[in-house]
Amino acid sequence: MPHTLEKQRHIIDFTLASLLRRKGKNGALFTVYTLIVFILASVMFFTYALKEEAALVLKGAPEIVVQRTLQGRYAPIPEEYAAKIKGIRGVMAVRSRVWGYYYDPVFMANYTIMAPESFSLGPGCIALGSGISRMRRAYEGDTISFTGADGKSRNFTISKILPQESQLLSADLILMAESEYREFSGLPPGLASDLTLKVRNPKELSTIAEKVVRLLPDSRPIIRNEILRTYDALFSWRGGLLIIIMSAAVLAFVIFAWDKASGLSAEEKKEIGILKAVGWETSDILFMKFWEGMTVSLTSFLAGTILAYLHIFFTAASLFAPVLKGWSVLYPEFRLTPFINPGQIATLFFLTVVPYTVTTIIPSWRAATIDPDSVLRS
Amino acid sequence: MTARYSTWFCLTTGAMLLMALLLVIHAGVRTTADRLILRETTDLVRSLELTDLCLFTEASYTRHLSLADLRTPFQEYPLSLEHFPSGSLAAPPPYLTESHAPHP
Repeated sequence: MPHTLEKQRHIIDFTLASLLRRKGKNGALFTVYTLIVFILASVMFFTYALKEEAALVLKGAPEIVVQRTLQGRYAPIPEEYAAKIKGIRGVMAVRSRVWGYYYDPVFMANYTIMAPESFSLGPGCIALGSGISRMRRAYEGDTISFTGADGKSRNFTISKILPQESQLLSADLILMAESEYREFSGLPPGLASDLTLKVRNPKELSTIAEKVVRLLPDSRPIIRNEILRTYDALFSWRGGLLIIIMSAAVLAFVIFAWDKASGLSAEEKKEIGILKAVGWETSDILFMKFWEGMTVSLTSFLAGTILAYLHIFFTAASLFAPVLKGWSVLYPEFRLTPFINPGQIATLFFLTVVPYTVTTIIPSWRAATIDPDSVLRS
Repeated sequence: MTARYSTWFCLTTGAMLLMALLLVIHAGVRTTADRLILRETTDLVRSLELTDLCLFTEASYTRHLSLADLRTPFQEYPLSLEHFPSGSLAAPPPYLTESHAPHP
């Protein structure tokens, strides 16, 4: 056993010395390989953590949201619909939600204004999302003004800043009393933005949604499971920019693998010929090539994965931020909880380390089985 | 006497594996510590009846992805180009074309 170990150590010594002789080429290979793993692992960590967090917090979302469509668009829903829906067996409670958007022309940002059911901050007072607070440098006790639907400017006192930790959900939120919001937005009494339903038996959500549509054909119910599915499919592997990132990374990796698998350079063949001529066995050469592939791919994999973790969970995905922000002026500065999926890391390992190591060994095996004399003469 | 290359390789790989192990422990500790914050956020979602993450505030259909309708992603006319970068990043809700209406 110690002899085998010592033999492998000697092979590793030789392999690393050989790799270091071609510093430039192997250094570039290591850098690009690490970068590919870094990008793939960053996307993987980010999307998984975001999906997990969304699945956890959105468990508290309404069981059913009922919207109304008019002329093919969303329209405010009459509050009398609530009484009709309440009559459906299995519906425990129906509540009107009053909310809407506000475009801030000064900061060119969009806010979401909501009038919660229980609002205790008093007249003229509002609660502000921490994203808006940061952007407008408006803090508790300050006065802030917004222009209402009638074109008149209204002043509100900031009585509360929503918790920083909930930025992923509340960065752009403004909470105000319902009567004030109706007056501010021009939403007439008797109309709501949408309705939320509480249902006795969660297994009946789809049946109740179907009954709502049958009763009110202009309504569109969205059940909680659908909300959760939205965030599960948000950054799917097949959608949007991710497919471009993935295909670029996979293509780069295929080029690597192809370069390796398509054959060895004349210098490498000569090296194998000399090693065989001085007494190395085919198995020793295969071990050497195995360690060569392993050294490059394992260190790149580990370095890429560690850097990706630091990038996502220590720097809040700073490199992805410009892509995610898009044209948004208001963007939450959230810190993701590091939910890790070991299965995904294992997949990344088998998709990067194993193919590379195999493609390093196969051409060497071909070269190692040829007579050293003919290799040296060619 | 200088160390052998294999020693350096073992040390480097060992250090990286140790670092990876520390990060796994960090992930475990942070996930446990964040449970309380996540529970408070869930309570906020429940009390305000929120439906969506505030990821993209560019357009209504990316701010409230789960409430996006059939028409706004196409900006009201066919073959219109997507206006906002986030629209090309986030996938539309999978149930966008599904309906709860009873089948005839």
